Amino acid sequence: MIRIENLVKTFGAKRAVDGISFTVERGEVLGFLGPNGAGKSTTMRMITGFYPPTAGRITIGGHDIVEEPLAAKRLIGYLPENAPSYPDMTVRGFLEWIAAMRGLEGDARKKAVARVVERCFLEPVLEQSIETLSKGYRHRTCLAQALVHDPDVLVLDEPTDGLDPNQKHEARNLIRELGRTKAVVFSTHILEEVDAACTRAIIIDRGRIVANGTPAELRAMSEIAGAVTVQAQGATEAKLAALGRVERVDGAFRVYPADKKATAELTRAILDLAAREGWRVEGLRTEEGQLDEVFRRITLPDTVRK
Amino acid sequence: MKTVWTIARRELASYFTSPLAYVFLVIFLLLAGFFTFTAGAFFERGEASLAAFFAWHPWLYLVLVPAVGMRLWSEERRAGTLELLLTLPVTTAQAILGKFIASWLFLALALALTFPVVVTVNVLGDPDNGAIVAGYLGSFLLAGAYLAITSMTSAMTRSQVVAFILSIVLCLFLILAGFSPVTDLLSRWASPAFVDAVAAFSVITHFDGFQKGVIDSRDLVFFISVIGFALFATGVIIRGHRAG
Repeated sequence: MIRIENLVKTFGAKRAVDGISFTVERGEVLGFLGPNGAGKSTTMRMITGFYPPTAGRITIGGHDIVEEPLAAKRLIGYLPENAPSYPDMTVRGFLEWIAAMRGLEGDARKKAVARVVERCFLEPVLEQSIETLSKGYRHRTCLAQALVHDPDVLVLDEPTDGLDPNQKHEARNLIRELGRTKAVVFSTHILEEVDAACTRAIIIDRGRIVANGTPAELRAMSEIAGAVTVQAQGATEAKLAALGRVERVDGAFRVYPADKKATAELTRAILDLAAREGWRVEGLRTEEGQLDEVFRRITLPDTVRK
Repeated sequence: MKTVWTIARRELASYFTSPLAYVFLVIFLLLAGFFTFTAGAFFERGEASLAAFFAWHPWLYLVLVPAVGMRLWSEERRAGTLELLLTLPVTTAQAILGKFIASWLFLALALALTFPVVVTVNVLGDPDNGAIVAGYLGSFLLAGAYLAITSMTSAMTRSQVVAFILSIVLCLFLILAGFSPVTDLLSRWASPAFVDAVAAFSVITHFDGFQKGVIDSRDLVFFISVIGFALFATGVIIRGHRAG
C-alpha cells in the first residue's frame, strides 16, 4: 500500500531524510524507530503529502503523492505529532467536520462518527470543547479523526506520546487490531512498543535506515543474542571457557557461542558439562537479545552529533 | 467547491465561538458611527448622501481588517493544525479560498450591520440609493483587498501580532499612494505621469468612483486583481514553507 523509493528531504544544507526506501503492505504494522531528530516526522510528513519530497517517490495504493495528491490523501488517515486539533470546536463538531472534509454525508457521516467515538472511547466528552479536554482525550480525538473514513493506510506520529500506561496499552491494542486489515506506519521511541504492536520495525538515524526487520530479527542483531546464561553451583569460568567466550553477570555466567545460530548446541553442551562436573544448575536462559542495546549501538545519541 | 464551503463554514463558526467577533462588530459599528457623524460632520454637510460614511472606510479598515484576518494562517501554523488541514484531501487553493471567503463574509456581516445609516439618510432626505449600493460594493471590495493582503502576511509568520502589523504597513502603502497630501508632495518633483502611475496603485483612487456611485470596470479589475494576487502569494508562501 505504501511504497517509498529513495526518499530525500533537505532543509537548506541539512539532509533531514537521506535516501530512504521501504514498503508497507496491508496487514503490516511498521514501527518507525529512531532518536529525536532522526527524520521520523519528516518522513511521515512526506508520506502524508504535507512536505513535498526533495527527491524520490512515494506511492499510496498506486497513487503518487506528488502527482495525484488528492487520490493518495483519500486513502490515508494521519495522526500528526502532538495530535493537533481545533481547540474551540466540540469533539463531535470536529469529527463531523473531518468526516465532511473526507466526503462523508448524511447517514454515512453519522455512522462513521459514531463508530470512531465508540472505538476511541470518546462518548463521555462528545459535547465538550476540545480545549477543556485532558491530554489523553485530546490525543484520542485526533486519533479518531484519523480513523473516521476507515482508511486503508494509517500514519501515526507518536500515537502513544503523553498517554498514561493504561491508555498506552489500549492504543497499542488498537494499533495491532487495525494492522490486521490496513497498512499501518507508526513512529515511537519507546522500544517495548515494537514488541507490543509491530510486525516489522525500521530504525533510522540521521535520515538513513540503519536496520529493517521483524522485532525478533532486530533483537538478534544484539551482541548478547544467542548467548546462554547459566547459573549453577560449582560452575567455574575456566571450565565454561572451553565452550565459548564467558562473561560474569550477577553471579551467573554468560557464554557466547562462536556462531550465534548454534545456541541449541551450546545449551546442550553446557548441560552435558554440568552433568559431567556435577554442578547443580539453578537457572539456564537463552538470550534473545535486547532491542535497546541494538538501538544504542546503531544510532548515535544527539549529544555526539554536531 | 463543496470542500471550500466546508472549510469556510468551520472558519466562520470559529469567529463566533470566541467573544472576539462580537467585540469586533461593536467596535466597528461604534467607530463607523463616530467617523460618520462626528469626524465626518454628517449633519453639518446638509446633503442626503453617505459620502461622510464611506470616505472613512479605507482608514477604518486599516486597523480592523488585519484584526479579523491576522489569525487565518498564523494560528494554524502555531497550533500545528495546518498539518492536519493540508493532509486532508484538499488543495492549497481550496483551503486558502475557504478561509478567505469565511472572513470576507464576516466583514460583509459587519458592513451589513451599518444599515441604520442608510435608514437615517433615507428618513432625513432623498439620497441617491444607487450611489449608496455602489458605495457598499466598493467598501466590500476594499475590505476584501485588505483581507487578502492580511491573509498573505498571516501565512508568513506564526505570530498574529507580526501578521497584524505587517498587513497594516502594506495596506497603509495602498492608501498613501493615492492620498492627496502624499500625491501633492510627489508632484513637486516627479512628473505627472509618475504621480498618476503611483496613484493607480492606491485603493483611494479606485474607491473614489464607487463613493460617487460609479462602478467602473477598471476599479473592479483593480480590487479583484489585488485580491487574486495576494491570495496567490499566500499559496506560494504556504507551499514555500513546506518545500524547505
